[in-house]
Amino acid sequence: MNSFRIILGISKIHLISRIKQTSIAALGVTFGISAFIILMGFMNGLNGLLDGLILNRTPHIHVYNDIKPSENQPIAYFKDVSETFNVVHSVKPKQTQKKIHNAQPLINYLNQTPKVKGAIPQVSAQGFYISGNQQLNGMITGINALAEANLFNFDNYITEGSVIDLNNNINGILLGIGVAKKMSLRIGDRVQIANIKGEIIPLKIVGFFQSGLAEIDNTQSYVNVKTAQRILAESESYITDINVKLHNIEDAVAMSKFIANEFGLTAIDIKTANAQFETGTSVRNLISYAVSITLLLVAGFGIYNILNMMIYEKMNDIAILKATGFSGNDVKRIFISQAVIIGIVGGVLGLIIGYLVSRLIDNIPFETEAIPNITTYPVVYNYIHYIIAMLFAMISTFIAGYLPAQKAKNIDPVEIIRGQ
Amino acid sequence: MSTILEAKNINKYFRDPVLFHALKNISFDITKGEFVSIMGKSGCGKSTLLYILSTMDTDYDGELYIDGELTSGKTNDELAFIRNKHIGFVFQFHYLLPEFTVLENVMLPAKKLGEKSIEEIEYDAIEKLKLLHIDDQALKLASRISGGQKQRVSIARALINSPSIIMGDEPTGNLDSKNAENVFNIFQELSHQQNLSLLIVTHDEEFANKTDRIITMEDGHII
Repeated sequence: MNSFRIILGISKIHLISRIKQTSIAALGVTFGISAFIILMGFMNGLNGLLDGLILNRTPHIHVYNDIKPSENQPIAYFKDVSETFNVVHSVKPKQTQKKIHNAQPLINYLNQTPKVKGAIPQVSAQGFYISGNQQLNGMITGINALAEANLFNFDNYITEGSVIDLNNNINGILLGIGVAKKMSLRIGDRVQIANIKGEIIPLKIVGFFQSGLAEIDNTQSYVNVKTAQRILAESESYITDINVKLHNIEDAVAMSKFIANEFGLTAIDIKTANAQFETGTSVRNLISYAVSITLLLVAGFGIYNILNMMIYEKMNDIAILKATGFSGNDVKRIFISQAVIIGIVGGVLGLIIGYLVSRLIDNIPFETEAIPNITTYPVVYNYIHYIIAMLFAMISTFIAGYLPAQKAKNIDPVEIIRGQ
Repeated sequence: MSTILEAKNINKYFRDPVLFHALKNISFDITKGEFVSIMGKSGCGKSTLLYILSTMDTDYDGELYIDGELTSGKTNDELAFIRNKHIGFVFQFHYLLPEFTVLENVMLPAKKLGEKSIEEIEYDAIEKLKLLHIDDQALKLASRISGGQKQRVSIARALINSPSIIMGDEPTGNLDSKNAENVFNIFQELSHQQNLSLLIVTHDEEFANKTDRIITMEDGHII
């Protein structure tokens, strides 16, 4: 402990007496660390934003009744021809209903499953928006507005009005912004919906939403589940889709397989639906790590260089220390501690600067059509990044200091003293 | 009279660039309070011998005892401890740490030894500086004092841990005659008053003649 204090004292004086070199070395670390913090915070913010764009509003598992041909055509059940090559022409989809059979008990069952955060019903209906003599194609989805907002951040995309307005108004409709613009509609106006059978249902506009995808905004609108059932003239048990959100997205694949097998429904998990998405995220992460590590490596070489030079300058000091009773290991510790001090000072400074710059970026206005609820650039403040950055600063400076320090340890004092 | 330092059959070879037998069967001892000088021409091996005796050079054959303790074959850390506790060094060039104050330079070996508190060490260091009449320079940086003063500071540093022996490699070689005289007087005082052993390598015949014993070397032998 005592000798540790002396070593630190010597290191301190060495560092302070060469404050210029020391600060350049420390600034190298600072630069690397702050770049790492900024990059990671910004990159993760953007990742989160993009994930949010898709993942947060996409159900982890989407359950519905798909229209498809039977997997086994009747001929397959004839044993006589099982060994032959059978060709069936003009296969038609199996006759089935669009609704999910026994949907409510299934929803209740899913909601009781521990892995499931929530399962909510949707009723999707096709119809037309009627304005004067114009008819616009429309997709009208009946939702449980509050639960949608809760599970899938539905409220993020509502530009005017709110989910509560929709929830409270059985005749309310939340119109896609594109539809509203085409038809010059405002909140409080009435819009007439024609169902496929040609019946007209008038609904009151309670708000607008903007998903950022023009295709959706131009056709989609949301109503309450009951309203959608009314548009379709179906009973209250008519549910076409169930959207499931899990606690852990990693369970999605297994869970969707289970639902598909157990209930004979089609269940699409988010990973299958958005496979390209995860790849994008991991590649972006990889890039930010690669850039930061490169920066820190450069900083590490800076420290290595400066310590190496320092050791050449300090040959005499090393010889004196060894002659007066400091061991090779003491000398080594002196130089390693110098490197680590540079690492700590540079690293802490880097964390602070990184944090401040992140804050700055966080306040730069960033407005985009695609994400209406974002006003500034997204930045994530994850303490794990700060820990990784600090650890990396310490480790890289330690390694950068270790090699020159090992050299200093092995310097033969006799050679130095006699060489004069 | 107790023996402070004893060398037995020390042989030293330089292998680079060619095999060269630098020291041949060197045996001698130094008793307590003895002031010994080693003389000889350049290249006769006297400095080589000194660095072996100082434990800094471990590449030799033979046995070396310091304070009755065999030092040959000990680890570097153990030897560093022996140098720290038992041996004080004075070199031709002053070899102070230039960024440290005079006082810190003197205190450093004692801090390393760690047997006393910082306050005690500081008191001791000032006492040693007073002994060498440079206590007024104590708080100056070591790089800011004159050559003669530096040499006295390095003697003070050599004394700080109350060593058994002081070794010097031409400690007066770089000083003018007045300062050289001064340093010799200090050595003599230490030898007589504090009963300290001294082993000084020198070219200076006048200096050597005033010491208790002269060891003359030639071609790796003691004559």
